[in-house]
Amino acid sequence: MRKVYVAGIGATKIREHWEVSLRELLVKAAQKAIEDSNIEKKKIQAAFIGNMSSGVLQGQEHLGSLFATWMGIPGIAASKVEAACASGGAAFHSAYLAVASGMYDCVIALGVEKMSDALTGDVTAALIMADDQDYVAFTGASFVGLNALVYRAYMKKYGAKQEDIALFAVHDHKYAVNNELAQFRREFSLEDVLKSPLIADPIRLLECAPTGDGAAAVVLCSEEYLKEANNEVKIEVAASTLATDILSLHDRDDLTTLQATVRAAEKAYKMAKISPSDVDVLEVHDAFTILGVIHLEDLGFAKKGEGWKLVKEGEIELGGKIPTNLMGGLKARGHPVGATGIYQIYDAVTQLKGEAGKNQVDDAEVALAQNVGGVGGTVSINIFRRVR
Amino acid sequence: MVKANSIPRVWRERTIKYRLIGGKCKKCGKSFYPFRRICPRCGSEEIEEVHLPREGKLLYYTVIRAPPSDFEEYAPYVVGIVELKDGTRVLAQITDVVEDQLEEGVDVEAVFRKYREQGKEGIIEYGIKFRPKT
Ligand SMILES: [Zn+2]
Repeated sequence: MRKVYVAGIGATKIREHWEVSLRELLVKAAQKAIEDSNIEKKKIQAAFIGNMSSGVLQGQEHLGSLFATWMGIPGIAASKVEAACASGGAAFHSAYLAVASGMYDCVIALGVEKMSDALTGDVTAALIMADDQDYVAFTGASFVGLNALVYRAYMKKYGAKQEDIALFAVHDHKYAVNNELAQFRREFSLEDVLKSPLIADPIRLLECAPTGDGAAAVVLCSEEYLKEANNEVKIEVAASTLATDILSLHDRDDLTTLQATVRAAEKAYKMAKISPSDVDVLEVHDAFTILGVIHLEDLGFAKKGEGWKLVKEGEIELGGKIPTNLMGGLKARGHPVGATGIYQIYDAVTQLKGEAGKNQVDDAEVALAQNVGGVGGTVSINIFRRVR
Repeated sequence: MVKANSIPRVWRERTIKYRLIGGKCKKCGKSFYPFRRICPRCGSEEIEEVHLPREGKLLYYTVIRAPPSDFEEYAPYVVGIVELKDGTRVLAQITDVVEDQLEEGVDVEAVFRKYREQGKEGIIEYGIKFRPKT
C-alpha cells in the first residue's frame, strides 16, 4: 500500500435545492474539488459516488456513468457505492483503496443525496430501508424510532438525562452559524430543543438531523501527482477503515454502543499510529443527539455512559479537549444522507487547511471523521494528517 | 413510489412471521428471530429451528408519530423490543395500549394482528404484535 493524499475538496451548500438536479449537484461539487486540487479534470481515472436513495427518491440509478457523462469524462471507471447513511464514507474508502493499491493515481470520491423532491413520508420509508425490510421496516418502525430505542436503553443503563444529551444539538447549531455551506445557520436554546415536537419518543424534532439536498467531492491522488499539483498545504490520508455490525438492534446484546465504531476505530488508530488524544478535530455522525454522545464514547474520548459530560462541560467546543462538529455536524450543517460522509471529510480537511474562519482550531494537524450507516450496521472512519 | 409492495414477499415469510419461528445456534447457544440458517453472531451453520415462547417483557419502546408513508393511516403507534422468556429479542408493534401510559418492563404476550395494507387493491399484511398481559 502506498501513501494517498487529498488534493482538493468541494461541496455545494446544503439546502432544498429546488432548481438543481441530482446530476447538477454532483457536477458542481466535482468542479469545485477539481479546481481546488490543481489537477486537470482529464487526469481523473476513477470516480466512486456515495448515495443511498437515488433510485427510490429520484428514480435514478447508474450514477457512475451519469456522472462521467455530465462531467465530460466518459471512459473513466465509475460506480455508485451504497452503505445507507455511510455511503459517503464507504465511497471514500473505495477511492482510497483505488489509489493506495497503485491501480489509479487520481480518483474522485463523491457523495450526493437529493431528498427535497419527495414527500416526507416517502423519505421516512426510504430511510428505514437501511434496516431489514421484512422484519424491521415491516413493523412500521421509522429510522428515528430505532434511534429512540437506543436513547431509551442509554438513559436506562446510565441514568443520563435528556436535557444533557440534547445539548449536542445546541452545540452544532452554535457553530453552523459561521459555516456558509450549512443548512441551518441559526442558534437554538436547550429549551427550544426540549419543547420541539416529539417525532419518536423521546426524540424531539430538534434532536434530529434535517433532510436536505447536497453533494460534496474529494480528489485523492498519489505522491507523484501531488508534487505535480504543487499545493500549498499537503494533506495525507493517515487511515481509512470500514466495519460492520449485526444489522438490526434486536439482534445485538448492547444497544448503547456501536460495535462497528469500536472495530473501525481500533483499526484506524493503529493504521494512523495515533491514539485518541492525538486528534485535534473530530467529526461525528450525530444524526440524533444520543448518537453524538455514544460516538464520543465509542471513539475513545469518554468512558461509557459519560459522553454527555464532555458536551456539558464544554470539552467538545473550540478550545476544549476534543473540538467536535465545529462546522455544524449533521444536525445543523445538514445530512443529505449519502453525501454526509464526504461533507464530514470536507469539514475535517477545511480545518487542516486552516480555512475554517471563526471556527478554526489553531494548528490543527490530525482530524478524524466518523460516518455511520443505519443504526451502526456500517461505520466508516477516516483520519487525515497535515504534512508539515 | 417508495414501497416494498409484493405478494410473494409476504407469502414466502408467512410461516416464520405468523408462528414466531426463530433459530438457536448449537455452537454459541444464542437464539434469534427471525429464523435464518447461519448464526449472525458466530457464523455457525448448525442452527436448530425453534418455536419461540409467546410471552416476555417489554424492554424498550417508542411512539412512532412521523411514520413511513405506508403506515401513515395508523400513526401514532408503539414499536418496541420484547425479550421473550427464553431471552430471544423481537422487534414488534405493541398493541392494545394507550401510548403515554405504557411502562418499560411490563409483561407482554403475542397476538396475531394486521400490520398494513398494500394499497387499495393489494393484500393485507399480518404478523405478530405484543400486548400487555392482563
Ligand atoms: Zn452462534
